Amino acid sequence: MSARIVHIARNTFREAVRDRVLYNLIAFTLLLSGAAIFVGQISIDIERLVVVNLGLTAVSLFGVVIAIFIGIGLVSKEIEKRTLYTVLSRPVRRWEFIVGKFFGLAGTLVVNTFFMAIGVFGALLYVAHKFSLSDAQILVALYFIILEFLIICALALLFSSFSSPLLSAVFAFSLFVIGSFADDLRGFAALTHGLTRWFATAAAYLVPNFSTLNVISAVAHRQPLGAQLIAQNTAYALFYTAMALSGAVLIFERRNLK
Amino acid sequence: MPAIEILGLEKTYMVGFWRKRPKRALQPLHLTVEEGEIFGFLGPNGAGKTTTLKMLMGLVFPTAGRARILGKDWTDPEVKAQIGFLPEQPYFYDYLTAHELLDYYGQLSGVPATDRKRRIPEVLARVGLTDVKGLQLRKFSKGMLQRTGIAQAILHNPKLVFFDEPMSGLDPLGRREVRDLMEQLKQEGKTVFFSTHILSDAEALCDRVAIIHKGELRGVGAVEELTASVQGKVEVIWQGTLVPASMKALGAECHVTGDTVRAVISESQQDAAIDALRRERIRLIAITPLRTSLEAYFVEKLQHSQTTAGKTS
Repeated sequence: MSARIVHIARNTFREAVRDRVLYNLIAFTLLLSGAAIFVGQISIDIERLVVVNLGLTAVSLFGVVIAIFIGIGLVSKEIEKRTLYTVLSRPVRRWEFIVGKFFGLAGTLVVNTFFMAIGVFGALLYVAHKFSLSDAQILVALYFIILEFLIICALALLFSSFSSPLLSAVFAFSLFVIGSFADDLRGFAALTHGLTRWFATAAAYLVPNFSTLNVISAVAHRQPLGAQLIAQNTAYALFYTAMALSGAVLIFERRNLK
Repeated sequence: MPAIEILGLEKTYMVGFWRKRPKRALQPLHLTVEEGEIFGFLGPNGAGKTTTLKMLMGLVFPTAGRARILGKDWTDPEVKAQIGFLPEQPYFYDYLTAHELLDYYGQLSGVPATDRKRRIPEVLARVGLTDVKGLQLRKFSKGMLQRTGIAQAILHNPKLVFFDEPMSGLDPLGRREVRDLMEQLKQEGKTVFFSTHILSDAEALCDRVAIIHKGELRGVGAVEELTASVQGKVEVIWQGTLVPASMKALGAECHVTGDTVRAVISESQQDAAIDALRRERIRLIAITPLRTSLEAYFVEKLQHSQTTAGKTS
């Protein structure tokens, strides 16, 4: 990887930290501690189920909000504030800037998720008093959540490369919601006929399939996750991320910075 | 080898929401800047100075034309390692300190860590920012940001420096310091290309200037060459109400106000006017330049272009 990409990524991470993005961890910790204590008092035998469900859903939602709200400003804010001028007048290629920004935000989310994961396991230990072998599946769910973040970061960057922050947020959030129901959309497409079927299928496969990356419920119910699913999801997320990033690069390479 | 060769760069923007129409920001521009000179790019606001600089920096793509910088195609990334750029009204990552910002820019320019450690305090001292360690840029004044901008432009010891309105936001002392810095850069063998609409700065500093107006080049050359055909004006004020005949003979426009006389004469007659007042034993109060010869040339070029445009339309 080009050294310039590493420098841009590191600076993006530093920006997120200094803009107090990681303060969300405090809210997350409070939410999970409160939930663990509350669940421990009212439920019998389903403490683990509730804590895993709640914890992983919170990890996902907190991360998605961060990915969208930072991602949409990664390029547009730099253009608006003209901080980009002194970066691109150096030997930095435009694609390096986009890729560096992506890795910076992705790195921020990985660090954030790491600390949240500690919180989830802490809460689980509090309510269940011990770990079981099936709890290792939580790591797989967390891995899929990170894959989900990669796609959202790339999409937010794509929208940020040609649109205003507000519109980018709307586009990215809409795709997140639609993508969460991608399996249903594919099911609906299969029921239709003619031109509608063609359009519905195209739309169903074009939106990111977040439903396949959501294994929270399966993990909470201790259902096994196969190695094939992990490989498929990894390949899918990396491919989708690469496509979205390539789109962002293609647009940004041609953009006049007025 | 010229430092900059602009070969017909031009820019047309499409404006309007529904019905897009072309708006030409820069007519085909041909310009050469030699190595080691201080070159002033002059023009009123909206003349096309910043558009030209942005095209040279690769921030805006030209509609047509090309350029060569330091003998290489201007899009060559290697070129960018050898140039420094200060944008107009610069804004930086305000969560960083000046040291962190320069370290980041140094990394992007490929300056080794050991050199950065040595160069950063050096350039900050050079622009007069010695006591800013630990202070985030969001707490900097406009003038301090401008100085930071100059520091980042020269940090990597570039051969060619582009400054867009470098005196903007600076107090008179700061302007003096920047002028000195630009002269030092020239003495170090660097080429300085700067845009400004403050003509006195250009006249004091530049080996050559180009004048641009409404996206069109109006004149280019050494200041003395350009101003040979025009004269500046000076204002002479003396005590009393007497207007000597010799002053009138110089063609001075004289106005008596109270017990002083104010006369406006051309720059070349300044010495003759002083001699005339001395002969009459009149007490001279002040001689003030009203319009430098470059200003006179500049105004003439702008008026000429407006007249031409009027006739054409």
